[in-house]
Amino acid sequence: MNDLENFRVEVKDWLDKNCPSTMRAGAPADTPIDEVWGGRKAVYKNPDSKLWLDRMGEKGWTMPTVPKEYGGGGLNKEEVKILNEEMFAIGARAPLLSFGIWMLAPVLLEYGNEAQKREHLPKIIKGEIRWCQGYSEPGSGSDLASLATKAEDMGDHFLVNGQKVWTSYADKADWIFALVRTGPKEPKHNGISFLLIDMENPGVSTKPITLISGKSPFCETFFDNVEVPKENLVGELNAGWTIAKKLLQHERKFISNFGLAAGMGSKKDVVSLAKKHFGEDEGKISNPIFRSKVIDHKMKEHAFGLTLQRAADEGGKASAVASMFKYYGTEHNKRRHELMVAASGVNGLAWDGNEFDDSEKNLTRAWLRTKGNSIEGGTSEVQLNVISKRVLELPSG
Amino acid sequence: MKLTLNEEQNYLKETALSFVSEKTPVSHLRQLRDSDDQLRWDKDIWSEMVKLGWSGILIPEEYGGSNFGLTGMSVILQECGKTLTPSPLFATGVLGATALTKFGSEEQKQKYLSKIASGELTTALAIDENSHHNPNICELKAIKDGSNYLLNGKKIFVVDGASADIIIVVARTSGEDDDVGGLSMFLVESDSSNLKTVKLDMADSRNYANITFDNVSVDEKMILGEIDIGLEPINEILDVGRIALSAEMLGSCEKAFEITIEYLKERKQFGVPIGSFQALQHRAAEMFCEIELTKSAVMAAMQGAEENSNDLQRLSSLAKSIVGETSHLVSNEAVQMHGGIGVTDEYDIGFYLKRARVAETILGNSTFHQERYANLTGF
Repeated sequence: MNDLENFRVEVKDWLDKNCPSTMRAGAPADTPIDEVWGGRKAVYKNPDSKLWLDRMGEKGWTMPTVPKEYGGGGLNKEEVKILNEEMFAIGARAPLLSFGIWMLAPVLLEYGNEAQKREHLPKIIKGEIRWCQGYSEPGSGSDLASLATKAEDMGDHFLVNGQKVWTSYADKADWIFALVRTGPKEPKHNGISFLLIDMENPGVSTKPITLISGKSPFCETFFDNVEVPKENLVGELNAGWTIAKKLLQHERKFISNFGLAAGMGSKKDVVSLAKKHFGEDEGKISNPIFRSKVIDHKMKEHAFGLTLQRAADEGGKASAVASMFKYYGTEHNKRRHELMVAASGVNGLAWDGNEFDDSEKNLTRAWLRTKGNSIEGGTSEVQLNVISKRVLELPSG
Repeated sequence: MKLTLNEEQNYLKETALSFVSEKTPVSHLRQLRDSDDQLRWDKDIWSEMVKLGWSGILIPEEYGGSNFGLTGMSVILQECGKTLTPSPLFATGVLGATALTKFGSEEQKQKYLSKIASGELTTALAIDENSHHNPNICELKAIKDGSNYLLNGKKIFVVDGASADIIIVVARTSGEDDDVGGLSMFLVESDSSNLKTVKLDMADSRNYANITFDNVSVDEKMILGEIDIGLEPINEILDVGRIALSAEMLGSCEKAFEITIEYLKERKQFGVPIGSFQALQHRAAEMFCEIELTKSAVMAAMQGAEENSNDLQRLSSLAKSIVGETSHLVSNEAVQMHGGIGVTDEYDIGFYLKRARVAETILGNSTFHQERYANLTGF
């Protein structure tokens, strides 16, 4: 047996012993389901969720490619593939959802110093600290580089004052990675730094924002004379914009993949909803006009899925392609939800009460939530700007 | 299925690009259009393509081909599409070679395939009978008459029908109009008596014909495959054709887009390049995305054919439909973004628009393939 075959046997064996039965396929239907984001404030409906997170975190398998000295799994690509395959084979639930993993950790690995990597990566990987992102401000949306939250150099610490907005789950997070202005006299892109801030610090407060979907995944986050140790600066002073752009690429990739993946595996499919509400005629959606819209949509979805596959086969691509996926993935997700709502008729616009079932009420809110997909993480218009300038190399206005 | 080209396929693509750039820029097509030439493709250019081995790419080695597969053939056509290069490669090298390789008898293969590979013989596939491609309907009848068959009926819009030596004719040998089980294929020599060819002048200036069969007598040895072979095997040939044609159309889209982007950078109005206007930038970026999706669909269909995917029909329809839609978008925007010069005959971009629309109607337009895709998927 070669090393990889040995590894597969080890993984199988480990999963068999350590993945709780309620965390894998075949769990009893009444098992309470947690969306596990970890952190100091986490509460679990099912204690197995915590157990599964702790065990996977201990192995470093929530970030299997990160070196062991930073708490990761230290696995190579082939081993990660095997781990994923074996987890898939038993239908294991994702142990941890985390902005730390998706966005901050890759940036720390690239730009963080040794102490920062040793301090923060293990806690991200074990799900001990939940992170949120402090980028946008009330006056700085698409023009992110105009941000005004300031961090003044007070000798042994920075003094942070200002306000962030659209901080996802800030009310549930422990730490925030934030862009702050450290060079007020520099050109706007050259006066920004990337700072890590413990939200337990005095002066940090959050306030949830209620969206049109009725939910509050985002907050406003306020900094009022918050003292932040100097060692929490990532990268050079005033060099935060480069890190910010890199992190946005990770975020864009995540949003476009997430939107599509969430849709493709879902039973709430445009086709089944259309057949249910319009009726079926020899296997075809009865309403021919709506059917033609569905066909067009599903074919585009197929081609988009193939494009994600092609990009992977080509071995990853430049940032501009991340913009294409972000643009197309989110716009497509909006169209998909519009079609699902339209297919459902009155049942696609239910808000509350007992006359509609949960999946219908959830659809309404999911549809409204998608309106934010093409705004958060850089609007569709910003993505088109990036493609024009970086890929097509069209001149600036 | 991996959606990338291998080294050999990349090599073919590069060879084809340098060939068409050097030998057949768009001015080549313009010249053919403006001359009295009735062939609508150039014999010398075809000989050079044959020398490069292109005519034999889908032909097994024992019959003189290289058997490089559909991806190799498609990437060559993709490059040909970039300069709108006309040649018998599609009708002969793709449709004829595929039909004979898949369904020919040993004798037919010996007789015809080596001649296709060597460039001595060209073919055409006669399938359409109406203004819209619909292989389910076939009224042209072949009735047994001793050891021969008598063909009566009409085929229209036959690609390379005005020049091909052998016409592969889909005919009804049993059943009625839409009974797809009663279809057969015949190899008919184009100089057969009672066969009348009328050349068509289409917007893209290529070689097409309507062909009338008025008691054309064909020896039963010239049946391709079995009698009453039915639509499924015929569709195998058509799908190979659709995929190869999709690649050609993709190449045309890519080039029309490239020409347009260059123009946006050069053309100045109000003292600045028009490409600095966001109104144009965003439309260009959207085209970029659509072309990327189209590339993936075409790549998946080519690779699906290489691997005999059981999803090939759907992949073929996905590719042909999406490339049709993208060509609409790109060719229309290309003309619009060029402004006045875009609607002049002197400038090349109009050729791309004309070819895009004609190519879209060959072997089924986007609507046809959307319907087929949906039926195959269960919508």
